[in-house]
Amino acid sequence: MKKVLTRIYLIIILIFMYAPIFTLIVLSFNSSKSRARWGGFTLGWYINLLSDEAVASALINTLTIAVLATIFSTIIGTFTCIAMIGLSPKLRSVIMGITNIPMINADIVTGISLMLLFRFLHLSSGFSTILLAHITFNIPFVMLSVMPRVKNLNFYVYEAALDLGANPAYAFTKTILPDIIPGIVSGALMAFTMSLDDFIITYFTKGSGFETLSTLIYNEVKRGIQPEIYALSAIIFVVVLALLLIVYRAPQAKSKEK
Amino acid sequence: MKLFKSKRQAGLIASPYMAWAFIFIVVPLCMVIYYGFTDSAGRFTFDNVATIMKPGYFKALVRSIELALISTLVCFILSYPLGMILAGMKLKKNAYIVTLFILPMWMNFLLRTLTWMTLLEGKGVINTVLEFFHLPTISIINTPSAIVLGMVYNFLPFMILPIYNALNRIDENVINAARDLGANTLQTFLRIILPLSLPGILSGITMVFIPALTTFAISTMLGGSKILLIGNIIEQEFTQLYDWHLGSGLSIVLMIFILINMIVEAIYDSEGGMRR
Repeated sequence: MKKVLTRIYLIIILIFMYAPIFTLIVLSFNSSKSRARWGGFTLGWYINLLSDEAVASALINTLTIAVLATIFSTIIGTFTCIAMIGLSPKLRSVIMGITNIPMINADIVTGISLMLLFRFLHLSSGFSTILLAHITFNIPFVMLSVMPRVKNLNFYVYEAALDLGANPAYAFTKTILPDIIPGIVSGALMAFTMSLDDFIITYFTKGSGFETLSTLIYNEVKRGIQPEIYALSAIIFVVVLALLLIVYRAPQAKSKEK
Repeated sequence: MKLFKSKRQAGLIASPYMAWAFIFIVVPLCMVIYYGFTDSAGRFTFDNVATIMKPGYFKALVRSIELALISTLVCFILSYPLGMILAGMKLKKNAYIVTLFILPMWMNFLLRTLTWMTLLEGKGVINTVLEFFHLPTISIINTPSAIVLGMVYNFLPFMILPIYNALNRIDENVINAARDLGANTLQTFLRIILPLSLPGILSGITMVFIPALTTFAISTMLGGSKILLIGNIIEQEFTQLYDWHLGSGLSIVLMIFILINMIVEAIYDSEGGMRR
């Protein structure tokens, strides 16, 4: 009895979460523009979407910013985490305290604070300001994921490598890097998804005329939803699903190898 | 430990980030505080912050707090049993099932909100289905209920994940020990499971309450233009009215709430020390 009830509960929550998404996917194939009527199956909205230049450029912008922000934030975050071991505890806690600010603060406050800074510096809003903002809010995610790995490092292995004649760079790549790589990878993934999904901070730092997918969708929705947006949703959902499956499969496959 | 030759070397490696954090985290926050406490002539004033007490603004703040609290509560009520069920499954495939519940988190936040616009509209999907079965239709789009629904739908995974993690980490032996010592199900729950999962609950509450309190997109999309939340007002000050001083002043009010939330969590953190 209890088992049946828990099953029902799980199913209800899953329906709540997924029914809306599947409705969108169904609507993306609906040839009628009305949401209330099924006008027959069509791929027209997908074709329209693919030939839509605004969507294409927004997609390219989103991906470029996400990739660049991930690379920069992962490098800066990782090096800072490693350097933290050599810093005094006081300085370390100051750095961690400041790093926590963007994570705890509301996105809207982070967004407007950066907007004020960029206006003050007379940086023209657009690609570069969004990139700077994304790197800023991504570094904390990288550091939070690399930091525990760095704390658990065993430096005796590193010293042993040096004693046995390895130069510092070689010893570093052979003893320290392998231990923190999982943290770096999950931090980078986190940064990438945060960057892809961000709307609020991008919205305040983008300026006019430069759109990412999120801001494009927001503008479209304000004007009235076009069925092309449903097609876009469906594509994004399937891509996200595929990416997650790959990510979740990868570590398992590796542990099996061992 | 000889990774660095000296503290200076470590400091040198950390310095790019220290400079970065100073320019892009500390300075911008100081600018918000500066703008919030000055008028357009640069004179010190409390007026911007005090504007929150004016009727229209105060109403928006109270409404935001109300809706955020309701959403947080609903998320908690839905997530806790779910977390217990998931943690109790103790299966190897568990990871997959848990992923299923947090997967929508990776779907674009605006698209998730958009789905509810489509569903709830006057001639939307839900009403069409209801009409088909000759049932009374609903009209909750552009009402606070629709906003709460949007918040719950968007932020639910943020509550599920920390609660599940906290519950999953509880050592089963502790529960068994309580049982052996004669505690019944309710006692075990109230005195063992609930206190041990408190850090997860608190971090879930923060992760839902703060974005719900400060959102402007959900209220714009599901609340029409009639229902203004504090986030909408701040957004308008910056993007339409260009009153940065007032917008910053109101942001300072928001930051006070975030600060209170942080302090509460820090207190429990130092007591429990189990988070993360």
